[in-house]
Amino acid sequence: MGNWAHIAPALTAAFLASLVEAVEALTIVLAVATVRGWRPAGLGATAGLLSLALIVAGLGPLLDRVPLHLLQLAIGVLLLLFGMRWLRKAVLRAAGVIPLHDEAAAFATETAGLREQASRHEARLDWLAALASFKAVLLEGLEVVFIVIAVSAGRGLLVPASAGALAACLMVAGFGFAVHRPLARVPENTLKFAVGVMLSAFGVFWTGEGLGVAWPGADLAIVAFAALFLAAGLGAVTLARRPSAEAVP
Amino acid sequence: MSMPGAVFRELLGLFVDDGSLALAILAVVMLAAISVALIPDIPLMAGAILVFGCLGVLLANLAIAARRH
Repeated sequence: MGNWAHIAPALTAAFLASLVEAVEALTIVLAVATVRGWRPAGLGATAGLLSLALIVAGLGPLLDRVPLHLLQLAIGVLLLLFGMRWLRKAVLRAAGVIPLHDEAAAFATETAGLREQASRHEARLDWLAALASFKAVLLEGLEVVFIVIAVSAGRGLLVPASAGALAACLMVAGFGFAVHRPLARVPENTLKFAVGVMLSAFGVFWTGEGLGVAWPGADLAIVAFAALFLAAGLGAVTLARRPSAEAVP
Repeated sequence: MSMPGAVFRELLGLFVDDGSLALAILAVVMLAAISVALIPDIPLMAGAILVFGCLGVLLANLAIAARRH
């Protein structure tokens, strides 16, 4: 295992990104549990986790066969698309241009949707509820899997990145099941902003490596890129800020 | 929507939210790749195109989005 400076960016990016995704998945699983009980919610979530495990088990050996430069380029471009999309949205939300994501509102919408389904399909509701839980865990989990693979691939950092993601998921699940409420007070936009900055920095680094660019400072270049994206993001928030926006991204 | 359809839409949505941002990022990557092919002796030129191209694309996209809303 490499030194801390080598590991920290991948571990932190995987942890923070997984925190955001786990909070979003938990909101839906809790909504299912509230309307139909823990059995369909738990079954759906477990099936989602098993599907994710199968996807990871299938993808791992395939990625090993892709030439390193091609893998770096492909993952770098995907990270740029993914990270800059998050950063863009986080900046626009922090500036008050678009509304902030509200977990409490998402929970209310999901609960209302399930109750409405209940009035129409009482007999099949447990199945529909489990499916909602399954979809939430699978779809949010796919983002976690992508981020873990993307920030660690080709650098031998799969274990620390996976540990970061797992720690975030366990933390959110623990808090969520303890309080039985969506984690609406998690500063989701600030996390998204930070993750967008880090993933964009990783994206530039990997894309460059894939194209054959030897970055000055090697891995430390990621920190410099992150500083540039952070400065650009904060500057953009200041310039685009609307009167009602929150003070910090 | 069917489950495979929902998964595909979600997967696409991971990377493409604002189409113009995605296209602009791909254009920057293409420019960097062309620079590597045309000026292989100065690979850092491609690096500079990537870094400053991505930052420029992001800021331009944010300015347009802020004005549009």
